[in-house]
Amino acid sequence: MATLEINDLRARVAEEGGERILRGVDLTVESGDIHALMGPNGSGKSTLAKVIAGHPAYEVTDGSISLHLDEEDVADVDADLDDEDYHWELLELEPNERAALGIFLGFQYPAEIEGVTMTNFLRQALNAKADEREELFEDEDEESAEADEDDEGYETSPMEGPADDGEIGVAEFQEILSEKMELLDMDEKFMQRYLNAGFSGGEKKQNEVLQAAMLEPSVAVLDEIDSGLDIDRLKDVSKGINALRDEQGTGILQITHYQRILDYVEPDHVHVMLDGEVVKSGGAELAEKLEDEGYDWVREDAFEAA
Amino acid sequence: MSSQQDDLKETDTEARFEFKKEEKSAFKSEKGLTEETVRVISEDKDEPEWMLERRLRALEQFQEMPMPTDWPGQPDLSEVDIDEIVPYIRPDIETRGGADSWEDLPEEIQDTFDKLGIPEAEKNALSGVGAQYESEIVYQNMQERWEEKGVIFCDMDKAVQEHEEIVREHFMTKCVPPSDNKFAALHGAIWSGGSFVYVPENTTVEMPVQAYFRMNSEGMGQFEHTLIIAEEGSEVHYIEGCSAPKYSAFNLHSGGVEVFVGEDAHVQYSTVQNWSKNTYNLNTKRAIAEKGGRMEWISGSMGSKATMLYPSTILKGRGASDNHITIAFAGEGQDIDTGAKVYHNAPNTKSTVESKSIAKDGGRTNYRGLVHIADGAENSSTAVECDALMFDNESTSDTMPYMEINESKVDVAHEATVGKIGDEDIFYLQSRGLDDDDAKQMIVSGFIEPITEELPIEYAVELNRLVELEMEGSLG
Repeated sequence: MATLEINDLRARVAEEGGERILRGVDLTVESGDIHALMGPNGSGKSTLAKVIAGHPAYEVTDGSISLHLDEEDVADVDADLDDEDYHWELLELEPNERAALGIFLGFQYPAEIEGVTMTNFLRQALNAKADEREELFEDEDEESAEADEDDEGYETSPMEGPADDGEIGVAEFQEILSEKMELLDMDEKFMQRYLNAGFSGGEKKQNEVLQAAMLEPSVAVLDEIDSGLDIDRLKDVSKGINALRDEQGTGILQITHYQRILDYVEPDHVHVMLDGEVVKSGGAELAEKLEDEGYDWVREDAFEAA
Repeated sequence: MSSQQDDLKETDTEARFEFKKEEKSAFKSEKGLTEETVRVISEDKDEPEWMLERRLRALEQFQEMPMPTDWPGQPDLSEVDIDEIVPYIRPDIETRGGADSWEDLPEEIQDTFDKLGIPEAEKNALSGVGAQYESEIVYQNMQERWEEKGVIFCDMDKAVQEHEEIVREHFMTKCVPPSDNKFAALHGAIWSGGSFVYVPENTTVEMPVQAYFRMNSEGMGQFEHTLIIAEEGSEVHYIEGCSAPKYSAFNLHSGGVEVFVGEDAHVQYSTVQNWSKNTYNLNTKRAIAEKGGRMEWISGSMGSKATMLYPSTILKGRGASDNHITIAFAGEGQDIDTGAKVYHNAPNTKSTVESKSIAKDGGRTNYRGLVHIADGAENSSTAVECDALMFDNESTSDTMPYMEINESKVDVAHEATVGKIGDEDIFYLQSRGLDDDDAKQMIVSGFIEPITEELPIEYAVELNRLVELEMEGSLG
């Protein structure tokens, strides 16, 4: 069971005189739980998502984001682990290292990468994650010994060449992929298309969930994954999100404007963000109240409390 | 050290020793490109009189023509010292027997071969050692199959001897005359090596014809001439060069390529080339397509200090068509000026140009293109698309598409995009576990995918690896 713990997180736009956006966020997400993060436009929800994943456009000025793992989370690691290996300060790590430890960010507007097929991309991503985990968890001594080895030859070529030692082979990959795609009701034809290029809004969102299913993160932050979806797609995507939790025990931080998706993905916890802070938390009933009454009452409560 | 290498060393020493005694040594010390030099080359190759005459005529034209200096934004050629060219010719000819050894190659080039994962046999071939045997086997098998069909594929020097009539008719006469430009004239005077391909009427050569081994084994890739003649209704795919860096003491490469596409014939010319970073790469490549003929140029231009290369096609006959796909990569201190030229000289002709360039670390890429549609070439169409990708704010990319349209009933499209490699794209891939370098690499492989998908798989893989190496900045 992994826990993502955010303490008094403060961040601003990483440029001279950049706007302060996060003003002390506290939030804890455990794997297996679904949290909904709601709030009006401009309250800092997307910024929080990006900062968790390590987006370079934001500078963290204070606070911490830590990830605590347990035995189960590192079952795949073949190394002697000490206590540090179970506790990671994400702010000290690169985005890809955070991904390797089990953080996933589902984008509201995923990048479109021409010329890179879905198959090729997913295989590389899986292999990159495996490689990075190996590096993160190995002893420093071993690290220096293996550094030389790393320089030799190539990893899997971008031309979908044969897998090197320790990488996921084509057959195994196909098997995992087919299984996950079936789960999401996705057409296999998807895999020969270029990553997100020319995908409809709905296809992009499904693709984000597919990637989360493939990468099996401990915690997935899904940034407005429900925006721009018709009802059928919303159901498909929701089914996928529930499966992430039920099949893989992924903790979900679901950022959304609307109650709508919460009819299909029932949250264990609901948080309201206003002006860069989490000002209210509660259960599923809080989302319903927000749907009926808007955010004004939360603002008033927060004002009174301050 | 093997005895073979000992032998080579001995031969080398011997050659050098003899060299002093021979009167040929006189031309080596000669400064500048002179008539005598040209005569010696021709004599060395035991060429017929007409070829010597052509060489001498080209030399005159070369001497008459000024260096190109005034094209807008053209690469700086002021360091190209013609006087220094000639003394370099000599060692090139000396290595014809394969006297170069693997150990003689600069370390960074050896390193590149290693990184490319080129097998030992190929390494030897590429570096000029043992090429004779290694390549002969491959070549022999293919050759027998081709010969039955009347296909000729041989070294250009040999073609002058054995297929004199065909060569005499086509060599730098109608397609790339020496008068075309200063470097075509230079090429005409001192050309050496290269490939000759002849495909008879209605003959299809199913396998791509590859000059992978031969050109390098000859050790004379610097002024090589390629002549491809595809007769009516024939089809051939020719692949030249290799994606390994071509090393030589030369700092000037001036090749010539002439392609004759007969009626309804189809020729694809593909090349992936990587030059050492001190090379000026100034080539002239042209095809003439007869009625219904189809020409395809696919090229990857990597390396070099400066490149000026604009493969061109003359669509001479009704319904002829042309397709260009090019990719250029410029790193620090490099100026890659490349593009395409198409002349629509007949009705119903069609052309497409797809140009991709990548610039990093202050490198410069330029697309320089010309589409000419002649008066009377009605119902012709052309579509030009050039995309540039830049890694940083120091790199530059320009697009100079010239369009000369003298006919109203035509369809002309031009599209250009210049973009910096997107931070959001990189972040997206990083968030999926790829590190910064792999993310950039993936974006670039995707960017050049239209080219790699046109190449046979081994070239595509090597092109990708080359780009990968360029991006690591680990190529010499």
